Amino acid sequence: MEEGSLGKTYSQGEVIVEQGAEEDCMYVIQSGQVEVVQDGEVTLAILGRGDFFGEMALFQRESRAATVQALGNVRVLTIEKRTLLRRIQEDPSLAFSIIQKLSQRVRDLNQSLAQPKSEA
Amino acid sequence: MSLKLDNNSKVAVVGGGPAGSFFSYFLLSLAERVGIELTVDIFEPKNFQAPGPSGCNMCAGIISESLIQMLAAEGVNLPPVVAQRGINSYIVHTPYGQTEIRAPEDEKRIATVYRGAGPRDLSENAERRSFDAHLLELAMEKGARQIEERVEKVARHDGRLEVTSKTGRSEMYDLMTMAAGLHGTSAKILADMDLKYKEPVSTKSHIREFNLGKEVVDQHLGSNIHVFLLNIPRLEFAALVPKGDYVTLCLIGEKIDGDMIDAFLSSPQVKECLPADIDPKGSCRCFPQIYVRAAEAPFADRLVFIGDSSASRLYKDGIGAAYRTAKAAATTAIFQGVSADNFEKHYYPTCRRIEKDNRIGRIVFGVNTELQKSKSAMGGVLRMVNREQSRDGGAQRMSSVMWDTFTGSAPYKDIFRRMLHPAFISRFAADIGSEAASSTRRKDDKET
Repeated sequence: MEEGSLGKTYSQGEVIVEQGAEEDCMYVIQSGQVEVVQDGEVTLAILGRGDFFGEMALFQRESRAATVQALGNVRVLTIEKRTLLRRIQEDPSLAFSIIQKLSQRVRDLNQSLAQPKSEA
Repeated sequence: MSLKLDNNSKVAVVGGGPAGSFFSYFLLSLAERVGIELTVDIFEPKNFQAPGPSGCNMCAGIISESLIQMLAAEGVNLPPVVAQRGINSYIVHTPYGQTEIRAPEDEKRIATVYRGAGPRDLSENAERRSFDAHLLELAMEKGARQIEERVEKVARHDGRLEVTSKTGRSEMYDLMTMAAGLHGTSAKILADMDLKYKEPVSTKSHIREFNLGKEVVDQHLGSNIHVFLLNIPRLEFAALVPKGDYVTLCLIGEKIDGDMIDAFLSSPQVKECLPADIDPKGSCRCFPQIYVRAAEAPFADRLVFIGDSSASRLYKDGIGAAYRTAKAAATTAIFQGVSADNFEKHYYPTCRRIEKDNRIGRIVFGVNTELQKSKSAMGGVLRMVNREQSRDGGAQRMSSVMWDTFTGSAPYKDIFRRMLHPAFISRFAADIGSEAASSTRRKDDKET
């Protein structure tokens, strides 16, 4: 089935996005998992099939906030900023799914912030 | 006058190909977001999982880079069982040589698919799924129902639409979406409706499948789509597309006939790509209609036409256009309403934008046809692409123009703008000049 796979394959530990780099795209995971790491030590998230990363580059002109590396074999598809923003301009509802995921991330973040407080 | 879809409104979708399935999927997704419950019935008599013509919607089956990216952003990812092959490069064959144009980062950005289950001699254990069946299933997971019946006629009663199928089943709907392609179906079933709608202009294309087995396909074609610029009269576009065990031949042009197909198959460049013992008849072949010019008035009260039956992209990315028109019709129906006025104001601009871009597309294809007539021009194209592909970084002017023209990944307007860039013109002119000079030198050397 390998010949039908889309995107690019990375193997264990390979860096897909490097913290500090300036790029104009986001990524969607087609198969496998990635680890989002900040400053080389703090794991912010583990993401899997259907999740995306690097989406901040679409909305802010700032360098990558974290490094994303492959956990085992992973296949990711690039989504170019220009193509996506042009289509969002034509069809704003295209952004719904991205906003939904971002909103879920804010919810998860709130929860993780609330947890240590309640534990204390 | 504004007509709206409310809780429990009923929607009929005629045709369960990509346009009908995308429409149903997005209509139900948006309805869920705004909190209304709809019934969506997709009238599709075909079983897309049946091999051969009975389950096939006949097309080259190339899913463009931009559509793959947009669907991924929408949360719709194509599983490897549906994508027959991920494509990361195009090989361009001309009588004067060939060149390869690779996708950025060598990423597999394009998918080749079968619209049905595959050609008629498909082996039973092939683990493959039809693209159309996959999309229909996504729509059904969202709550749409497939009604495996052919629609016979539609009539208006008190503003709503009564849809009668061939078996005599008859039901009232608040909205009907026509996604029946270019088969003349729309005109037939809507004959009593007195509409301003006129079907799109179409032309004949040719699709032929060769069963070579996966290993031979790997060896001869790899993960590349092979495009041929051979200066065959009336032929606008020709490609060999690898898919699992098969290679799909796709020819688009004016008045495609046996002579043109023979001329193509017997050219040395095509022969070089296929094994010598190939049966030129192939295992499955068809002459499907392909969209050329947009429909007129693709809407009325509670009625909208999408996909090929409204507006599509010229020669390329028909499925991308089906996605765009389906999405525009679905967002209009949910957020604006379903009156003719609503569709004219909020849906029709998408069709007009596609058609306007096609006008520029005709110029792009015209330039392409003219270039094929000149040896120096083709040599210049090859020179420019080879140089761009052999270096890391730098502007990919000719490569990106060729890539986007062949893949249908960018609007034709964008491609044309890049062709008019002074740096493109001066570089290309210099390459044509060097090509002409070196060919004169070669000729002189031969004579001496």
